[in-house]
Amino acid sequence: MAEPLLRVEKLVRRFGGITATDHVSLDVAAGELHAIIGPNGAGKTTLISQLTGHLSPHAGSVSLGGLDITYLPAYRRCALGLARSFQITSLLLDFTAADNVALAAQAHAGTSFRFFANARKETGLRDAARAALDRVGLLHRADVEVSKISHGERRELELAVALASKPKILLLDEPMAGLGVTESQRMVKLLQELRKEVSIVLVEHDMEAVFALADRISVLVYGRVIASGDPAAIRQNDEVKRAYLGDQHVVTRHG
Amino acid sequence: MKTFSVSKAFTALVLAGLVLLPLYSSLSGNIFILTLFTRIVILALAAASLNLIMGYGGMMSFGHAAYLGVGGYAVGILAQEGVGSGFIQFPVALAASAIYALVIGALSLRTRGVYFIMITLAFAQMAYYVASGLARYGGDDGLTVYKRSDFSGLINLSNRTQFYYLCLACLFGVVLLIWRIGNSRFGLVVQGLRSNEQRMQAIGFPAKRYQLVCFVISGTMCGLAGALLANNTDFVSPAVMYWTRSGDLMVMVILGGMGTLFGPVMGAVVFLVLEELLSQITEYWALIMGPLLLLIVLFGRGGIMGLLGRFDRG
Repeated sequence: MAEPLLRVEKLVRRFGGITATDHVSLDVAAGELHAIIGPNGAGKTTLISQLTGHLSPHAGSVSLGGLDITYLPAYRRCALGLARSFQITSLLLDFTAADNVALAAQAHAGTSFRFFANARKETGLRDAARAALDRVGLLHRADVEVSKISHGERRELELAVALASKPKILLLDEPMAGLGVTESQRMVKLLQELRKEVSIVLVEHDMEAVFALADRISVLVYGRVIASGDPAAIRQNDEVKRAYLGDQHVVTRHG
Repeated sequence: MKTFSVSKAFTALVLAGLVLLPLYSSLSGNIFILTLFTRIVILALAAASLNLIMGYGGMMSFGHAAYLGVGGYAVGILAQEGVGSGFIQFPVALAASAIYALVIGALSLRTRGVYFIMITLAFAQMAYYVASGLARYGGDDGLTVYKRSDFSGLINLSNRTQFYYLCLACLFGVVLLIWRIGNSRFGLVVQGLRSNEQRMQAIGFPAKRYQLVCFVISGTMCGLAGALLANNTDFVSPAVMYWTRSGDLMVMVILGGMGTLFGPVMGAVVFLVLEELLSQITEYWALIMGPLLLLIVLFGRGGIMGLLGRFDRG
């Protein structure tokens, strides 16, 4: 089997007495959409933060395309093709949507130690920004300040920003968080399109979305991966039903 | 894009006033006003440089007056040691300020928020006490600069009008530079970092590197103000680095409008003219000045430029 794009091996992260990530191993093949699910407090965001470099693990390793990135800072990982979206929308609120995306493109297009030329007039960056905005259906909002656009649009903008860095792999931390039903459906549709182009690690609470999108699902409970497999296998897994959903629930819609 | 706006018109008026001031001074025979405004222009330059890190970069430096001292002492010490040429004094002043900013920045930028404010303040106070201890160069009493920087006939700094225009040219040059930087790739990164550092790291920008370069550019610009100030007063003393002076610069920036191009210039003009006028009326001028500043900051969010901007939005 070919080397997976992203490989996580025996990752451990503790907070005081709590082991938030407990020997987690998983891999993501090129072109795969790998979903990570788990109840609140299972350590999903902690795991993602270690993948993106916002948090250092105490043990274990993360490699991207065979390269050990365990202790690289976030900006270096991004340069290597790893992009993320945030669970709680994190954008430049006082910049326009286009500026947000163009900055992501700028980070991957030569040096930013240029002091004189007007960066907003660089057609390469502006075109890349418009293309990414168009991709998520936000082109008509390009010149609107982010603080003035809706929550749903900001979630889409998060995605456009991540795309503009031309990533090999996208880490999406609950892209549907706080979205309404129609907005969620739009997002699922969008992800279905995107997954054809880029590998995705998806952390999500929306079970309907996860089962519709994922090639593989890993279930995280108390920091450990208790099951990993295709959606059908996970749906059948008794341990998952018990641990994640409680005995009384069936795997349908959550929240 | 709107072609006319109240804030633009007002800014143009103030700038035109600054350009024409020596004319008024010579026609009216009022020399004092030229002296006053030379000082204002120099401090406006310092405030503009502070605005680059404070307004654009979101780095609240409470020790910016230290560069006035570094630049000033570079000129003063060289003059004392017999190096009178401005072609040496000014480059040395700029280089010394840049190096000082590099060291202070590298250490200070490890911290954030209130700690950053405190550590920049602490470094400036250290510089203040170091200067006080320079017995050879006057110590506490300061250092008299007996001869202004000599630019070998190119420009005569002892001529009031020529010196004023040199300061004004430096101010305009710096503002122009900040305008270009603000819209450049570098400027957008720095402003992005002010807005959301975590996001900028995640899209691939090493935050500290950009902030440090910005810090050094700003410090160097303020060093220029320091070199001019030493020439203006023919004197440099530790007092130019005292923390209240750093506070004055911050007030000028906030009063004028943080992160706006001409805000610091407006802030410096209003602050120093008010100080001058009020101190002629009463020695308790600070009692009037304080509430006045409070009112402008409270009701004109975004300072003077913000206040003017309101007219434009109707």
